Amino acid sequence: MPQKLIIIGAGMAPGRLLDHLMADAPEAYDVTLFNAEPRGTYNRLMLSPVLSGEKTYADIVTHDDAWYATHGVTCRFGEKVLAIDPVTKIVTGEKGTVAYDKLVIATGSAPFIIPLPGHDASGVMAYRDLEDTERMISLAQTPNAKAVVIGGGVLGLEAAAGMAARGIQVTVVHNATHVMNRQLDLTAGDLLKSDLEARGIAVLCNANSSQILSDDTGHVRALQMEDGTELPCDLLVMAVGIRPTTALAKEGGLQVNRGVIVDAHMQTSASDVYALGECTEHDGEVFGLVAPLYDQAAVLAKTLTQTPAQFVPKQLSTKLKVTGCDLFSAGDFADADDRELIVFHDPQRGIYKRLVIQDHKIIGAVMYGDTADGAWFYHHMNQGTDISSMRDQLIFGAGFDADLTSLPHSAIGGGPAPEKVAEPLSQMTKLKGAA
Amino acid sequence: MSLPCQSDETRSTCPYCGVGCGVLLKPDGQGGLAVRGDPEHPANLGRLCSKGSALGETVGRDGRLLAPQVAGKDTDWDTALDLVAEKFAATVADHGPDSAAFYVSGQLLTEDYYVANKLMKGFIGSANIDTNSRLCMASTVAGHKRAFGTDTVPGTYEDLETADQIVLVGSNLAWCHPVLYQRILAAREKNPALKIIVVDPRRTASCDGADLHLPLKVGTDVALFNGLLTQIAARDAINTDYIEHVNGIEAALKAARADDPSVTGLSQGALDQFYDMWINTPKTVTVFSQGVNQSSSGADKVNAILNCHLATGRIGTKGCGPFSVTGQPNAMGGREVGGLANMLACHLDIDNPDHHAAVSAFWNTDRLSPKLGLKAVDMFEAVGDGRIKALWVIHTNPAVSMPDADKVVAAMKACDFVVVSDITAATDTARLADVLLPAAAWGEKDGTVTNSDRTISRQRPAMSAPTHARADWDILADAGRRMGRLLNWPEAFDFKTPADIFREYADMSRLGTQFGKDFDISALSDLSDADYNSFAPTRWPITEARQGGRFFADGKFFTPSGKANMLPLTYRAPAAKTGKRYPLRLNTGRIRDQWHTMTRTALSPRLSAHLAEPFLEIHPEDAAEAGINHSDLVRVQSPAGTGIFRALITDAVSRGDVFAPMHWTGETAPSARVDALVPPVVDPVSGQPESKAAVVKVTRFAAEWYGFAVSSGTVAPNCDYWARAKTRSGYRLELAGATTPQDWEAEARRMFDLPDASAQVMNDPASGTARLAFYEGSVLKAALFVSKKPVAVMRDYLATLTDTDAPYAIAGVSPADQPDPGPTVCSCFNVGVNTIVDAIETQGLVSVDGVGKALQAGTNCGSCRPEIADLLAKVREAQNETKEAAE
Repeated sequence: MPQKLIIIGAGMAPGRLLDHLMADAPEAYDVTLFNAEPRGTYNRLMLSPVLSGEKTYADIVTHDDAWYATHGVTCRFGEKVLAIDPVTKIVTGEKGTVAYDKLVIATGSAPFIIPLPGHDASGVMAYRDLEDTERMISLAQTPNAKAVVIGGGVLGLEAAAGMAARGIQVTVVHNATHVMNRQLDLTAGDLLKSDLEARGIAVLCNANSSQILSDDTGHVRALQMEDGTELPCDLLVMAVGIRPTTALAKEGGLQVNRGVIVDAHMQTSASDVYALGECTEHDGEVFGLVAPLYDQAAVLAKTLTQTPAQFVPKQLSTKLKVTGCDLFSAGDFADADDRELIVFHDPQRGIYKRLVIQDHKIIGAVMYGDTADGAWFYHHMNQGTDISSMRDQLIFGAGFDADLTSLPHSAIGGGPAPEKVAEPLSQMTKLKGAA
Repeated sequence: MSLPCQSDETRSTCPYCGVGCGVLLKPDGQGGLAVRGDPEHPANLGRLCSKGSALGETVGRDGRLLAPQVAGKDTDWDTALDLVAEKFAATVADHGPDSAAFYVSGQLLTEDYYVANKLMKGFIGSANIDTNSRLCMASTVAGHKRAFGTDTVPGTYEDLETADQIVLVGSNLAWCHPVLYQRILAAREKNPALKIIVVDPRRTASCDGADLHLPLKVGTDVALFNGLLTQIAARDAINTDYIEHVNGIEAALKAARADDPSVTGLSQGALDQFYDMWINTPKTVTVFSQGVNQSSSGADKVNAILNCHLATGRIGTKGCGPFSVTGQPNAMGGREVGGLANMLACHLDIDNPDHHAAVSAFWNTDRLSPKLGLKAVDMFEAVGDGRIKALWVIHTNPAVSMPDADKVVAAMKACDFVVVSDITAATDTARLADVLLPAAAWGEKDGTVTNSDRTISRQRPAMSAPTHARADWDILADAGRRMGRLLNWPEAFDFKTPADIFREYADMSRLGTQFGKDFDISALSDLSDADYNSFAPTRWPITEARQGGRFFADGKFFTPSGKANMLPLTYRAPAAKTGKRYPLRLNTGRIRDQWHTMTRTALSPRLSAHLAEPFLEIHPEDAAEAGINHSDLVRVQSPAGTGIFRALITDAVSRGDVFAPMHWTGETAPSARVDALVPPVVDPVSGQPESKAAVVKVTRFAAEWYGFAVSSGTVAPNCDYWARAKTRSGYRLELAGATTPQDWEAEARRMFDLPDASAQVMNDPASGTARLAFYEGSVLKAALFVSKKPVAVMRDYLATLTDTDAPYAIAGVSPADQPDPGPTVCSCFNVGVNTIVDAIETQGLVSVDGVGKALQAGTNCGSCRPEIADLLAKVREAQNETKEAAE
């Protein structure tokens, strides 16, 4: 007799959880899936290519109606969950209550809106879901449309690049020294800025906004900066971070700090209640990138099937999904006394790579322009590989990894092993002529 | 079978070693020459070694001296030669004839040599003309003269093929005379009984095919052959008939018996084996070369060998005899024509009044030098102390090749007037010249040379010389005419062609027979220009009475008594003694693909790739004791000087011995001029320097950094150690320094002279690694690889990259053998479609997760999982189809 499993939220993490459950124990649960959005799981990371026009929504759907039907998942899409009761094990949706044996809270996060004066003007928006994406796409219909993006992080730049690709004049306003400052060092950030500018995106760093100006209809007209400059815009996108969505959990009496507190098995403070994804807080950390959430999904699938598993956060890597801006960032790339840097720079080809080494291990990597080896570095970073023997070749990547001891160390050849100059005759230049 | 000479080919002779191989030359239309061995030349019968084969790469106009220079500025020939004539005339007038000197070369053709000798000895009136043959052949000349009365090589190359045993003494024939070595190996194919014995302190390439290697202690050859002579007598192997033609056997035996062969350091067993093999094999040829000659007892070593051959009568008959092999194409010609300070001409003697009178009459001069001149080492000492005030150096590089080379450089710097004739201004010696004269080069020159078995061959031009370059005989004759006008000597240098000179020389050579000497080519004194042009290789003597053949089987020698001399000889240790300060013995020599000071061979990328830097062979135990690891650099110090070399740890050298090649110069590796380490010690008999027995101390050179560089242009390194070699499109360099430049990019830009090229830079300051690659557009111009350890990169691969599109040169290695990954499927981990399909097929993957485990593909954002699933399905489909088709 299968148990009843309710999942609240159909983002990417619960999507992956379902993949695992259906693969590992398809008969274990009757699943009911609530989603406030009127659709199932799609790859939210791929909204940027949708925005830029390189993909369509259909391309990025990972679980369609047929999939849910095949796997017997009861979908309650477009229905908000109003309350959970961990004591009676009942979830109350807009259309009625459902009892559960196990509950997974995957309510995700909400974008943060800076409370600047005028932030409630129409045309001020975040970049989070398909609707946001469609709104930006529709702006491209307006001739000479202008947009301002506040936030030069991954999401802000992807929004800016997507809109620019659709012909919108975009200005990015960023309050740090360089764009993507949480992932890139200054050199890489400057290379990225140049690349963005080359595609017509204005990038203002060290720029602080003071207020949002509206026209008579209450629609955003411009962003005013602290120095008084006005940046005219028809749309103002804020991409300055997210906040875990925790109201439901909090009201249900679960322990909540910044996010819903979970242990390494993804269990919340209530029995038979689990949490997953951007709504969670584990060991003081909240999450915004997909990789650890997939790890959480895998752990939770195991927990739900009574297989021991623990969630261990790994170093994270980032790529920017802007075609032509090839960058990769992983781990801790900051400079410090006990850290050593290996740097490669090719200004002509716009390539920059920086590896941060500590105790003969890679602890951080930043790459720009050529990220082919990002995964390889990331792999060695997570493996804690001692790179001493490969150090000279390391930054050139897997394709140039060579056993240095087998290479000549001088013009007379030879690595560590003695070799003799007097070669056998067979190896001498063959003498020509009649013999 | 190789084709004979074709109508578009020019017959000539190789300019390297003394084998004197015939070559067929054909301009390749790009300023170079196609070169192949002449199948009809008796020296090589079509064979060529690596150096000869690469000759075509060395004849370009790159680096050629194109105009006369006075004080570094181009000028015309009249100005330059008037100055030369004035300075020499003034010196002779003011300070006497012996204040002038010529230092010439075994590179000169016989005709050049003849004019130089005639000018210096006959008209300037000094015998101060010596040749770099002094550095390689003088001991043999002296030894031959003491034993035979003349400098005669008794046998022929055919003896090497008809012998039952070849003993190589102090000769790495496999590398230094490769064609002769190949002839021996080919002969052994036909006669498997042919034995090869190598007597050499070092295990060389020649030992690979040898039946016995005697690694004797450096310089102990006399003791070894004295031991052999003693055994010859003890075993009744003395040829009692032949010994009738020999003087001095008793004294020689007495001295031999008194000597102790154990100083050779060879075991009694090894000695006995050698004695047995030598004594029991009548048809034995003893080949000897620089290991014998370049010694303070060089002449004695030669005579110790000759003693054994004379005692057994093994001389001048088919398949046996002593055989000196020379290192230069015309060392023999120089010896015949009188290019050494202690000879007159045609093997006549300066200090013999009859010879002197006859030559004076022949040349119609009253100025002929009455006494011996200064031999090379003494000559440069006299240059240094001001006795010689006008010096003319022709086609040789004494600033590099002379012992105590630093002192020689200082001497030339201090000399009032130095003239240098060469084909390039880029030699260590040319840089010291007041007047620099552009000479025609091999491939352009016209004349004759004599090889090690007395065969006279023609060098013929296959291409024209640069407009203002002139043949050496022409330069010398012109200078002689100008000096004659100043010093009032009769017209003696009115030569129009090399054939004119050759006829005069051949005519003169009848004096040889007249005075009972060996050398006589008088049958050629009427040679027409046409016959001179078509002159086929011919072994001397060439007279009405006889042509070619062997000497001394008849027991007739060129001594006053007509008998040969055996000499009483006693082993003398090398002059320099090892001890606490200088515990190691430095041997020197050639390597396979370079020749002399590399002024020609270094132009060939092919030749430069083999052993592309100077090295020091050191025994593993000596290296371990000094804390020297493989690929380290070592500082080598002798009482005369110091140098830096790459360590090559090998038991090819004995404990206590080290070996360094002689080729590198200020042009190619300024820290590794081996002759800066060699003391100016000479053989008292021959005046030949002891180049193979310096004493040294070897320590690890504490390099702070090591470097490797490639460049399409010239490079100006500024560091303690560097060595440069030619590549197809530029140069490659090894570098090292005891102090690290502040800014590698600035230093590299300076060194490569690429101030504005775009740079790729890799920096790992903590480990001391830096790499730079410079581009013009996408074309690699230069790259530098720096490390605190000896740099590990694919040198030969990198050497091919300059002037090509090589975006990844800085990685230092060729890309790992990766197939094209194909269009990206997983962009998170950059996994391409080909990579995935390949993994599915070869690893038998059946699921998307399986692909993820194998390739990481699809394990991050997962958006490519459907594509991977699709690929899985397609591969399965294709496999099923194949299966069905097969069924």
